[in-house]
Amino acid sequence: MKRRLMLVALVLAAWSPAVADACPRTTVADLEDEVMCPVCGTSLGLAREAPLAQRERALIARLVDRCQSKRQIKAALVAQFGPAALALPPDRGFDGSAYVMPLAGGLAALAAAVLLLGRWRRRAPGDEPPSPPRIGDADRRRLEAELDRLR
Amino acid sequence: MTRVRPVSIAAVAALAALVGVLAYGLARQHGARSLDQALQEGRRPAPPALRLPRLGAAGERALGDWRGHVVVVNFWASWCTPCREETPLLARWQRRLAGRGGTVVGVDVLDVDSDALGFARKFGVAYPLLRDRDGSAARRFGVIGYPETVVLDRRGRVAAVARGPVDDGFRRRQIEPLLQERA
Repeated sequence: MKRRLMLVALVLAAWSPAVADACPRTTVADLEDEVMCPVCGTSLGLAREAPLAQRERALIARLVDRCQSKRQIKAALVAQFGPAALALPPDRGFDGSAYVMPLAGGLAALAAAVLLLGRWRRRAPGDEPPSPPRIGDADRRRLEAELDRLR
Repeated sequence: MTRVRPVSIAAVAALAALVGVLAYGLARQHGARSLDQALQEGRRPAPPALRLPRLGAAGERALGDWRGHVVVVNFWASWCTPCREETPLLARWQRRLAGRGGTVVGVDVLDVDSDALGFARKFGVAYPLLRDRDGSAARRFGVIGYPETVVLDRRGRVAAVARGPVDDGFRRRQIEPLLQERA
């Protein structure tokens, strides 16, 4: 019996620090910039005074105390408030355009650049702008004479 | 004849797509206040679709479930300060309406479940409560603040809207006449 008790004590001693290290697994501050205050339209970190933000912060604190991970807490917030609770918009439906539009814009800009570059390189010699007319020897002498006269 | 360059066509198409996306986004955000417009014109419009889970209970309810009743749909949240003053009034209204073919239906918006249930217990709420977790149903009704109330007549049409807390004057003016109407 004594040996069993010692064994249990040893197991508990080995297990306790592991649990102490693992909990809490995140903090309210760590999550504040990654989740939204749904009525404020800002991240929770920026919504200090809004009543819903305070309730949301309290909910996160309760979940942190229950040793939930960041991922679990985010899932709980989505269950409470929907996908808009996350700072990143969902990747489906109309909101998915937030991901598609920058990519499409970048691709369009790249395509335009490639098109323009191709046109510039293909430009025929006849399309070059005309170079200024050269001055003949007689004109140059006359020009220098005029300039000498003015000096 | 002037030849249209493919680059120009692509640029115009891209611009048109961008304008379309922006217009759709704006229409989605601001379309719901048409209820107020219709009421101002003396019409009773059909309400937006509403089917939501029950708060603190299993299952869903839809507005159509109360067809034949005068339904006072109240959008609220436990974190909303004016709702604390309004809710006891709605609880009293429910006692008056229940025997006369009417009901209050509370739609809890963007709230923490446990907070909302505590709030309902505290104020003795006995009317049906639904849960609009992401506020999408409220937005369809043009709700931009809390509390707001939409009243449906016995035929399920929107008959009145209160953009802010209601009072007994609202009940006398807007709800009592509807209770006299037949389905």
